[in-house]
Amino acid sequence: MTRLLPVLTVVGAILLLWYAATVWLNAPWARDQAARAEATLTLPALVADTMTQDRPVLPAPHQVGAELWKTVAATKVTSKRSLVWHGWVTLSATAVGFLLGSGAGILLAIGIVHSRAMDLSVMPWAVASQTIPILAIAPMVIVVLASVGVTGLLPKAVIAGWLSFFPVVVGMVKGLRAPDAMQIDQMRTWTATPGQMFWKLRLPASVPWLFASLKVSVAAALVGTIVGELPAGATAGLGARLLSGSYYGQTVQIWAALVAAAVLAAALVGLVGLIERRALRRMGMAR
Amino acid sequence: MSPVIAAHGLNLTYETRDGPVHALKDVSLSVGKGEFVSFIGPSGCGKTTFLRCVAALEQPTSGTLTVNGMEPDAARRARAYGYVFQAAGLYPWRTIAGNIALPLEIMGFPKPERAERVARVLKLVDLEGFAAKFPWQLSGGMQQRASIARALAFDADILLMDEPFGALDEIVRDRLNEELLRLWAATGKTALFVTHSIPEAVYLSTKIVVMSPRPGRITDVIDSPLPRDRPLDIRDTPEFIAIAHRVREGLRAGHGDAD
Repeated sequence: MTRLLPVLTVVGAILLLWYAATVWLNAPWARDQAARAEATLTLPALVADTMTQDRPVLPAPHQVGAELWKTVAATKVTSKRSLVWHGWVTLSATAVGFLLGSGAGILLAIGIVHSRAMDLSVMPWAVASQTIPILAIAPMVIVVLASVGVTGLLPKAVIAGWLSFFPVVVGMVKGLRAPDAMQIDQMRTWTATPGQMFWKLRLPASVPWLFASLKVSVAAALVGTIVGELPAGATAGLGARLLSGSYYGQTVQIWAALVAAAVLAAALVGLVGLIERRALRRMGMAR
Repeated sequence: MSPVIAAHGLNLTYETRDGPVHALKDVSLSVGKGEFVSFIGPSGCGKTTFLRCVAALEQPTSGTLTVNGMEPDAARRARAYGYVFQAAGLYPWRTIAGNIALPLEIMGFPKPERAERVARVLKLVDLEGFAAKFPWQLSGGMQQRASIARALAFDADILLMDEPFGALDEIVRDRLNEELLRLWAATGKTALFVTHSIPEAVYLSTKIVVMSPRPGRITDVIDSPLPRDRPLDIRDTPEFIAIAHRVREGLRAGHGDAD
């Protein structure tokens, strides 16, 4: 209860601001319509109108809620109109991309820590890869992979991996270098092999760093997948919902997809956090 | 009997941007089996550097150094020594037993023997019952005892200790000094002990090596006339005070001609 109250307070404040913004942003359209009909709106009528428009500039929370209810609970999950189905399409590509990206990130970090040449050569490229706008590179990845016959989930996963490997590289390099000179000297006094140094010292020492970066990386993978769903007229996934919503001015649909993406991101980060707590407790590092 | 550690004309020079630094200059010393030798001196006198040379963590620039009659590197591979650092350096993700077993795993001891050795050294340092605890559940003094146990676990006959109790308070330090003496008497190890504390050096040692900085060198070697069996209150006897006085004089002299 003590933890719930602050959360509810913040949620309440956000809803309040949202409703205020709804009235403010949708009022011009309502006034416009009224002027054309040569009618004048009373304040209560104006407020009511701003919350019931078909294509509002900003849909009211309850409109988004109704859309979510309609597309999540009241539609069969196998239907193409179901947000659950679209969410699943996005989630599966996100999961594959996250595994690809974080796997690549861990391997790159191991290389960077163990090889001076890789340290000097890989890191600038990793940084450069993240400075290229993902919106520019995503269509090219889709097109190039489609031309060699790879379509569907994998191209999106590649874009997700593109975004998600970087936080893992940075976090893991830091984590693998976390052991200090004394700990390394200590291993040397036992004539430890490089392999033992890695498995018994560097890798376990990097675990807290790994999880911190995995949380960033899983959220980035979701963004990557959604961006990957935008080009080439994808028909499935939350990104496709965003795109078709913007084609047809269906702002309610866009916001419903946004909320679904946010919930998905929160769930993914929460899941990584849960695994983190479990792992650290088993390693005796959670107090 | 041949000495356990023999150094002749040992020099170690670091090249730095401000020119060469003489960490060790013409250090000659011999340590016999079962001795407890303390190295005392201000920062930069080379006491830790000497210990690191013995452990083959540093390479002397010139001179000869043998450990158990071997090159330091070969001695290390033959598990000649256990090294205790200033910080306990226990891995937070391993239990106390797991930490003590770590060098045994690295050296390839079979599992049943590891468990048996861990139990034995835990008993030796009075930490039975803490095997399954994680390091953060132990006090600083207990952690350092665990790190000594770890250094003893693989039966090296030399114990190298670099200010192991430097970060602990006086009361804990006194108790650990007493325990260390008991341990040393019980195991018959040769001990090399770096310290900043004159009472600690005099209380523990059969031989005290006084060093001074710039360049790091030995200014005095004192063979202690104190008996091997030492209660804590031996520190109030005239003999003890006389040795402490000589150490202090040595430190002062070393400082005087360096500045």
